[in-house]
Amino acid sequence: MHYMIVGAGPSGVIACETIRKMDKNAKISLISGQCEPPYSRMAIPYFLEEKIAEKGTYLRHDENYFSDQNIGIVSQAVTQVDSSNDNVILANGEVLSYDKLLLATGATAISPPIAGIDLNNVHNCWTLEDARNIAAKAVPGSSVVLMGAGFIGCIILQSLLKRGVKLTVVEMGVRMVPRMMDDVAGALLKSWCESKGVTIMTSQQVTSINAVNEGLIVDLKDANSLNADLVICATGVKSNIDFLENSGINIDQGIVVNEFLQTNINNIYASGDVAQGLDFSDQSQHVQAIQPTAVEHGRIAAINMVNNNCCIHRGSVNMNILDTMGLISTSFGQWMGVPDGEQSILLDKDNYLYINLQFDGDYLVGVSSLGHTQNIGVVRGLIRGKVKLGVWKKRLMNNPNRLMEAYLASSLSQA
Amino acid sequence: MEKALVINPDKCTGCLQCELACSYENEGVFNPSKSRIKVFTFHQEGRFVPYTCTQCSDAWCQQACPVDAITLNLLTGAKEVNENTCVGCKVCTISCPFGTINYNQNTGKVIKCDLCGGDPKCVSACPTQAITYIDANQTGMEKMRQWATETDNSPSNSAANV
Ligand SMILES: Cc1cc2nc3c(=O)[nH]c(=O)nc-3n(C[C@H](O)[C@H](O)[C@H](O)COP(=O)(O)OP(=O)(O)OC[C@H]3O[C@@H](n4cnc5c(N)ncnc54)[C@H](O)[C@@H]3O)c2cc1C
Ligand code: SF4
Ligand code: SF4
Repeated sequence: MHYMIVGAGPSGVIACETIRKMDKNAKISLISGQCEPPYSRMAIPYFLEEKIAEKGTYLRHDENYFSDQNIGIVSQAVTQVDSSNDNVILANGEVLSYDKLLLATGATAISPPIAGIDLNNVHNCWTLEDARNIAAKAVPGSSVVLMGAGFIGCIILQSLLKRGVKLTVVEMGVRMVPRMMDDVAGALLKSWCESKGVTIMTSQQVTSINAVNEGLIVDLKDANSLNADLVICATGVKSNIDFLENSGINIDQGIVVNEFLQTNINNIYASGDVAQGLDFSDQSQHVQAIQPTAVEHGRIAAINMVNNNCCIHRGSVNMNILDTMGLISTSFGQWMGVPDGEQSILLDKDNYLYINLQFDGDYLVGVSSLGHTQNIGVVRGLIRGKVKLGVWKKRLMNNPNRLMEAYLASSLSQA
Repeated sequence: MEKALVINPDKCTGCLQCELACSYENEGVFNPSKSRIKVFTFHQEGRFVPYTCTQCSDAWCQQACPVDAITLNLLTGAKEVNENTCVGCKVCTISCPFGTINYNQNTGKVIKCDLCGGDPKCVSACPTQAITYIDANQTGMEKMRQWATETDNSPSNSAANV
């Protein structure tokens, strides 16, 4: 049996490992469209703040790891999938055949269609190549404009500050991380950033970028232009599906998959940022584009490829954790609440502490928080395990900090 | 034979010796807030429940880690955090559905139970044998591990009085 995995990100690598664990003899090929060894985008911020060298971003550290696991790496991008003949075509023209195929090609950063977005000193922050460029240009004292204060924008915000740049953030939405935080948390995060010397402009848009002498001039919709040495664009991502046109594989925003992470073609599966997988909370299909979901997909898809669809994916909980210069925020599931739901909120503005629990009847369905880190994973356990809260619902309504106790009480009663 | 920590909350008196032993072993200080094992108190019921990582087999924390900083100790079965590799991204802390891997603000890294390399100090510190270290397959721990492995098993359990 020849398993072919396209895309050497976390989802593809976990899939290869899962297959290898289940089948010692299978042939496994990992088609990597990049020249670097498999690496992790998530580690890029730490490379930028010089906590790690480039090697520190690698998904596996032992140089011989993949060959020891008998996983063959092919450093060529796939340009076409010929699903009727079970072949893929590589950028160098080579044709490789597979028995079962996993598409784990991830996503790419997208840029808004504004004048000047292609200029030299305007970069995305999505690949190691981007990171090298940013590291070379974001030098102490330089002026940097960051477009987008979404999740990815906020993650690199801290890295940029640690590089000693003068930072201005321009966000189109009314608050920071609008898709992860409510107004209260968003406003607190903003004031925290401002207290650290970052200029944050919300409800604002970059309209064009112009090169002048050595620098850039960034025009804004409702404010004076900004001077910058470097502009970083973190305004969104898009699944890598272009190469699948005419492949016969159903695509929408991402690759359409069923409950086994299988596409409309029997021997082709998809996982991670490229897959439009099931969201646990609202049971809709969309691209979550987060690491925990990418690895969860990779593992389940691999199990189903080896063991003929024995593992149902009941959905991933969307979740994030963000460290913004020491202020740690999280969001899980339906943090924004559900119709007729109840909530339990505790806010201590002065100390930047916030916890917001959202309930649907007897169940916890979402959480957002600032300044809470201890035992935080139990939120996933409570939501994903659909733990019926019983008496603990009222206790959590009175004191939202008792999540761990609520979880323990129920898991003990189960054991 | 691989061993596992087995916790019997019925025997726990809430003396916190385990937390002290753990923080001393791992952080060099007697400070319960730095312990990897935590005793949770249920005042209403007068109950104490020590709790820590179950070293689940397809560990969520390990798979989610972007830089391979959590690895399996083949001798003990523990999932161990390599401090030098960890970048402090905390994604493991939201991935573990048991909430047993935690961020340490002082070091900027995460901490979790590593079974003290096969000689867990909480076990020797516990005066009532509420925490024991015994053969893995005779433990109820197996059940929890399964829970952890079956990504898609939703145990519909109800919260009774502890
Ligand atoms: C700066 C940054 C910070 C982040 N921080 C977080 C965070 O804190 N928490 C979080 O949950 N998520 C974070 N993410 C998102 C997370 O990194 C992604 O969700 C995750 O990488 C998805 O994994 P994947 O394997 O699906 O895709 P990817 O990591 O994108 O890997 C896909 C791979 O496929 C390759 N590929 C693409 N097309 C082809 C082709 N045609 N042929 C061959 N190979 C191809 C690509 O080169 C790439 O190597 C961050 C992302 C970035 C950029
Ligand atoms: S996921 Fe949680 S319980 Fe499992 S090994 Fe990691 S810390 Fe322990
Ligand atoms: S905090 Fe450290 S151990 Fe946890 S996922 Fe991030 S790098 Fe890995």
